[in-house]
Amino acid sequence: MLSATQLEGYITQGLPCDYIKVLGDDGTHFEAIIVSPAFEGKRMVQQHQLVYAALGDRMRAEIHALSMKTFTPQQWREVSAK
Amino acid sequence: MDTQAKIKETVSNNPVVLYMKGNPKFPQCGFSNLATQILDACQAQYVAVDVLQDQAIREGIKQYANWPTIPQLYVNGEFVGGSDIMRAMYESGELQTMLSAAK
Repeated sequence: MLSATQLEGYITQGLPCDYIKVLGDDGTHFEAIIVSPAFEGKRMVQQHQLVYAALGDRMRAEIHALSMKTFTPQQWREVSAK
Repeated sequence: MDTQAKIKETVSNNPVVLYMKGNPKFPQCGFSNLATQILDACQAQYVAVDVLQDQAIREGIKQYANWPTIPQLYVNGEFVGGSDIMRAMYESGELQTMLSAAK
């Protein structure tokens, strides 16, 4: 069964992340917070597509749902400071 | 007509289209349910396509927008996002603006 930690590994292999946290313990539904410099200047749709691209076929085969919150490093500093 | 052409026709001929699992009365997935609730909260008129009724559409819609999950929202033929993005846009007010312009 896919664990949240494994999923974190899959994402960071394909996408440089400053911070990542994946939660979920049923093997198919996950929630993630992802901070990446690759998100700079991109709309949210494009940010999520980068994460899906990093996961590739795993997204179709193993993962039913991945709920995401994506941040650029700058946005993340602002959110974390609150 | 092939599946991609069929999807293009649906999203082009209807201002607001939601591809979902189940229908708005009986959503078959929590994320699809959330998507219908958000559209209802925006008082949007929309066409719902139940992907569980058509395997070709269910797979084809993932390729159409290069987006691997369902639900998917289209406004004026453009892919907007899945339920996370709908929720974020609803909370910022952006979705309401987009939907009222699409009517």
